[in-house]
Amino acid sequence: MALKNKDLLGMKQLTSEEIMEILDTAKTMKMVISSGNKKTSHLQGKAVITLFYENTTRTRTSFEMASNYMGSSSANISSSGSSVAKGESLLDTVRTLDAMGTDIIIMRHNQSGAPHSIANKINASVVNAGDGMNEHPTQALLDMLTMYERFDTFEGKNIAICGDCYHSRVVRSNAIGLAKLGANVSVYGPRTMMPVGIENMGVRVADSVADCVKDADAVMGLRVQLERQNSALFPSVAEYSKFYAITPEILQLAKPDAFLMHPGPCNHGVELPTAVYDCDQSVINEQVTNGVAVRMAVLYLLMARRNNL
Amino acid sequence: MKTIIKNCKVFNSDKTELYIDGEKFAAAFPENEADEVIDLEGKMVFPGLVDMHVHLREPGYEYRETIATGCAAAAKGGFTAVCSMPNTFPVCDNAAVVNGIIKKAENAKCRVYPVGAATKGLGVKEIAEIGLMKEAGIVAVSNDGKPIANAGIMRKVLEYASDFDMPVLNHCEDDFLSEGAMNEGPVSTFIGIRGIPTAAEDIMISRDLILSEYLDVPVHIQHVSTKGGVRMIRDAKARGVKVTAETCPHYFTLTDDSCENYDTNFKMHPPLRTEEHKQAVIEGIVDGTIDCIVTDHAPHHQDEKELEFSLANNGIVGLESSFALGYTYLVKPGIISIERLIDLMCYNPSNILRLGRGGLEIGDDADLTVFDLDNEFTFDKNKMLSKSRNTPFDGWKLYGETVLTMMGGKKTYEKLC
Repeated sequence: MALKNKDLLGMKQLTSEEIMEILDTAKTMKMVISSGNKKTSHLQGKAVITLFYENTTRTRTSFEMASNYMGSSSANISSSGSSVAKGESLLDTVRTLDAMGTDIIIMRHNQSGAPHSIANKINASVVNAGDGMNEHPTQALLDMLTMYERFDTFEGKNIAICGDCYHSRVVRSNAIGLAKLGANVSVYGPRTMMPVGIENMGVRVADSVADCVKDADAVMGLRVQLERQNSALFPSVAEYSKFYAITPEILQLAKPDAFLMHPGPCNHGVELPTAVYDCDQSVINEQVTNGVAVRMAVLYLLMARRNNL
Repeated sequence: MKTIIKNCKVFNSDKTELYIDGEKFAAAFPENEADEVIDLEGKMVFPGLVDMHVHLREPGYEYRETIATGCAAAAKGGFTAVCSMPNTFPVCDNAAVVNGIIKKAENAKCRVYPVGAATKGLGVKEIAEIGLMKEAGIVAVSNDGKPIANAGIMRKVLEYASDFDMPVLNHCEDDFLSEGAMNEGPVSTFIGIRGIPTAAEDIMISRDLILSEYLDVPVHIQHVSTKGGVRMIRDAKARGVKVTAETCPHYFTLTDDSCENYDTNFKMHPPLRTEEHKQAVIEGIVDGTIDCIVTDHAPHHQDEKELEFSLANNGIVGLESSFALGYTYLVKPGIISIERLIDLMCYNPSNILRLGRGGLEIGDDADLTVFDLDNEFTFDKNKMLSKSRNTPFDGWKLYGETVLTMMGGKKTYEKLC
């Protein structure tokens, strides 16, 4: 039980077997989280650093909880309170951290490919916690764990993803990962938020939000990333919420036992009405729990590889 | 200094020997009068190549390249004449900077023909002193790297430059569409990098063709990379529009697939396109739509390239790989003849800019180069003479390694055996 590569850079680099291994391991880890004693020794004597160049609540906290539960020593670095603010290059920063004997660097960066550009230059394992518009593999893995707890198989399942696909690393990681496991992914969003050639990633581009959600087994809303927009891609929130949001009526079009996911943070009233966010079909809070479990699994499997070498 | 080059073939001629007296090719003289006799063992002598699109980086960016190192790299690539782009620091937008470049180039291993900026400071308001720069020695004007976005300014540049018979070279990209870092398409979507659509280039090419036709003045389109660009230039030429065009070796050898691992040595403007566009560029080379192969030699320091993909500088070095890529990928597979390649890399740029290069007759400047066309070699970035190492071709197996280059009767490069 271990991952093949030193790093977890994206779903692109994982095989379907590795994805299933992570999900199965995460199920076990979830039992640790729900038990009274949230402590394992899998990362005892290991050093984990989170290096975050972008603001986040859940991903960073989730990784920190995961490594704490597993007994690692950890340190947290953000771009504002470090030498990064003095203009140190990414490569110099990670080499510095590497030289301190770090085993795993968990990195979030606003540039696509940033973790890829440093991973082969250091000894520590690199976990991509989101790079620009490219990938967010642990988000996809926690989404898939949430589905896996409800499906016996991904084969033939219909997954609808609605919203800003252009800027979304979540949609890229999910599309790649779900395709590897045989699910049918449909995407929809304003044409101004739909990247050219997304169908080449094995997804169907739907004609409308209704067309996307129809007969879905799982529905995922994406956050409108207002901070990532260089220019207005839609005219107003009122218009977006009218034509592109997942309303209660739209959700009705999915299969009866379908469930609603959202990677968070959610813009209430933009991509989801609050009533939908809080509805019975919503599993958004469970996704957060699964986030910790999946990150424990990833750290565990990466460390297992390091220990095997 | 008198030199005899013997036991050679001479490009486009049945001569087997060349005589050089001082800086010029000369009539035959006895071997005992020669200071040096070079035996080429049957290899062909070509006219020295001309690259009308090079960034020598001096003044201002000597940490990337200097006139001396850039010219040494040019000589190693078989070039005896290069045109230096004006985006230096300070910008080459006045006669003083032009004079400085020409002075610095006096002892360089290649002839340097400066290109002046079309507008002051490569800016958006005022035309540069094209007349005074012409007196100082520029051979064209260009805002390469910073497209002339305003059609009104472009019109004035074309009109004013025509008073001085000064060629205008434009880098065609609509900045409002080009905020990305690579070609827009399935690959940019797959790896999450903002894309630059081919439309960004096509729109400005079409604008420049329309202005050229409307004003009846020449325009030269720099580094064409798109199918639409090739098609529009072809159609314009057929109508008699005074347009000429260039492309670079990377646009007929590479595609945007190479960007998939975020290797910044595949990042340039315009960006590498898809196979469809690469093939269209090759068709344009074959049918004469594209007149010149240039390198857009753009040295950058390691610290400017070993960065996150979108933050890294644009451009690659090219002088030392250009001929070999053209020979290996166009001539060897039979796509074009060696004569056509020499047109693209010597006579056409010389004619467009009226440089008078390429002669191998008695009285012509003794500018020549010799390639090994028979043996494969491995292109090695660590053996480059350029100051920078940002090449995507490291490790490529190519044909056409330079054996000898002479400029004005002097050896500027000789491969040590």
